Amino acid sequence: MKTILNSVKNIEQIFGVLAKKIQRPDLIFITVEKKQVLSVLSHLRDIEEYTHLVMITAIDYLEQGKFQILYLLHNYKNNTDLGVKTFISREDAHMYSAHHLWGQVATYQRELHEMFGIDFPGSPRVNENFALEGWEGIPPMRRDFDTLRYSQETYNFRKGRATNDPKKYMKKNLHKE
Amino acid sequence: MKEKKYDILPNSELKAEDRDLFCDARPVPVSKLNKYMEKLVNWARANSLWFLAFGTGCGAVEVRPLMTARFDAYRYGIAGRPTPRQSGIILIGGYASVKTLKRIIRSYEQMQNPKFVISLCSCSINGGMYFDSYNTINQIDKYIPVDVYITGCMPRPEAIIAGFNKLKDRIKAGNAEGANKYAENFDYYKANQKKIIKDWNMPDYNW
Amino acid sequence: MFDLDRKKYPKIDDGKANFELYSHKYLKLWHGPQHPGVTGNMALELTVSGDEIIDLKTHVGYLHRGFEKLMERRRFIQCFPIVCRICVPEPDTNEYLFSAAIEELAGIEIPEKAIWIRTLNLEMTRLASYLMWVGGQAGALGLGAVGQWAIAHRDYVLDLFEEMTGARVYHMYMVPGGVRGDFPQGFVHRLEAVLQKCEKLIKDAKIVMLNNSVLQDRLVGLGIITPEMIDKFGIVGPNARGSGAKRDVRKDNPYLKYNELDFEIVTETDGDGFARLKVRFREMSQSISLIRQIVSKMPKTGKFHVKTPNPLHWKIPVGETYLKAESTRGEYGFYVATDGSGFPRKVTVRGPSYTHAVSLLEYLGVGVNIADIAGLMGSLHTYPPEIER
Repeated sequence: MKTILNSVKNIEQIFGVLAKKIQRPDLIFITVEKKQVLSVLSHLRDIEEYTHLVMITAIDYLEQGKFQILYLLHNYKNNTDLGVKTFISREDAHMYSAHHLWGQVATYQRELHEMFGIDFPGSPRVNENFALEGWEGIPPMRRDFDTLRYSQETYNFRKGRATNDPKKYMKKNLHKE
Repeated sequence: MKEKKYDILPNSELKAEDRDLFCDARPVPVSKLNKYMEKLVNWARANSLWFLAFGTGCGAVEVRPLMTARFDAYRYGIAGRPTPRQSGIILIGGYASVKTLKRIIRSYEQMQNPKFVISLCSCSINGGMYFDSYNTINQIDKYIPVDVYITGCMPRPEAIIAGFNKLKDRIKAGNAEGANKYAENFDYYKANQKKIIKDWNMPDYNW
Repeated sequence: MFDLDRKKYPKIDDGKANFELYSHKYLKLWHGPQHPGVTGNMALELTVSGDEIIDLKTHVGYLHRGFEKLMERRRFIQCFPIVCRICVPEPDTNEYLFSAAIEELAGIEIPEKAIWIRTLNLEMTRLASYLMWVGGQAGALGLGAVGQWAIAHRDYVLDLFEEMTGARVYHMYMVPGGVRGDFPQGFVHRLEAVLQKCEKLIKDAKIVMLNNSVLQDRLVGLGIITPEMIDKFGIVGPNARGSGAKRDVRKDNPYLKYNELDFEIVTETDGDGFARLKVRFREMSQSISLIRQIVSKMPKTGKFHVKTPNPLHWKIPVGETYLKAESTRGEYGFYVATDGSGFPRKVTVRGPSYTHAVSLLEYLGVGVNIADIAGLMGSLHTYPPEIER
């Protein structure tokens, strides 16, 4: 049986891996170049038997000016998870669409397009609303979007609502020293 | 009766060809009957509380135990109805996201008079634990008039029954005037609603 | 099933009907969000020809609260009240995964008894969630009585939760470092009494549902998932097991104490709604047997919690992890990334309904009768809040 380390080694030899992190024996994260992602995913799906796409997600690294996109794959033969990460620029955020590889990818890409403003050219229905309706302004999951300020400006708080800063409140009442 | 107050609605967000399809009359407050008749009618209203089965939030999960064998709210004359036309109460099940609020308003306006609103959970009172969320409203009574609030996250079925009983008392006393309040302050509610619902592709009042 | 003259209907090819919407022959119909047949709060935009659905689009987002954004501005301990609200009938899976992810990133070992209590909690919530599902599925297909029984029996399980954790629906019981409290006295006996009631219910519900010819007519052949579709759409859990795939996170990647318990992966081969119904009935019985095993093997004494750092100054080093557990709908996962500060950098929830209710339902719904779409949604066990969070 192929082990996860063999699969990672094959990827390293064929496509090149920028970084590798072994989190658990059955969970490894690898970072590849943006233009290699689709080939790596196809290779993993068709040859290394990582046939199940678990999820796609993004992280906004505002300080470094880039987004991290993570594709998490699962292998049912040896029950291991492999995360394929890539970094894309935050200014011109677009990524190659992988909707032809799995049926659910188009939904994930629709969500990322709405929540982070990452464009996936060619993905079906990518410009349609997913969870929001008539949203204007910066996409809500971006780091520079302040959700508390938006809530205060848009949906007024009822008068008399008491708010406590947990740090001060607990210092006063629980952890005195 | 003042004629000026009940002029027609502009339906300005609708396309010109769609405007003919919808009614443009304003809601009108219902005037009270004579003293004894009103008491009789209120007694009848208070004992057939049919609510709209619209699970708008997580509070709706406690409506199922409420309606089934254990708590069995049918014995109080409380029943769930599938369509707004048949129901007299709308249960707001907790937080309402902006997308749901649009549907709540639409369902509420389609209901026939007399109609009442019961709002479950803390989130619809002042935001609750989603006070800082960009997609949930903080105060439901800015958008539709609420007759009874039930607090808790989430309120137990017993609390919901208690809330229904409170509503009964209010109806019998003639205090549950949410629908009239909505008709009288229609412009205030509409302005608040239009402020947060960005794509308003529906008529101003959904009869 | 029906020998109809299908010449008038548009041709359906690989889940897509070939039709022209603006030919005035077809009707657009909204099924939800205000509809008693919709599980939770979501909407289906149906295009129908006669009473057959020829196109289906899922609309979600009616329950979107932006959890992932809210967690970015809450401390780790403050996240706990909100993670359990991602999935209402089954909140403990969220609590377990989030606390286990934090424990892995912070390097906390939890005591033996806490692991057992967590396993017990997860199995009890599985039983409660399945009971609710049986009620919903039976109600969607016209058997209201089963719904009454099942939801009343779920309440007995919720009473046990109330005794153990202090809350009926949202427990917030599992915290980093273990669980919040020990067992109440005499809990095991009351648990056994409820299990016996549930066993009787399952027996009765099986007789009523599996032998009912109307239900068989409607569920057999409804929403067939073929083995090829499983990887194509990322189908997990009972939906995959109904098509013969031996996949269960409890066996594949054992977590907590599942490797010490004796159980088999339940599978059926037909892949239709009726097979999924049988899978879930057998898993309910299995869950009862698992609860009995856990109670007998559990240590009676010991610590249930280890001391964790002061939650206000708790900083977790940079790292990322993905943890998963088997919920009633399949693989449920939490991806947690930290950046060394006191707040999580990013938490992503992988809910199994994400694929089942959007891409899979849009594929399976084509060609189904309008009356059966509520039954199809029930048989896929979709649950909207975990799609949009």
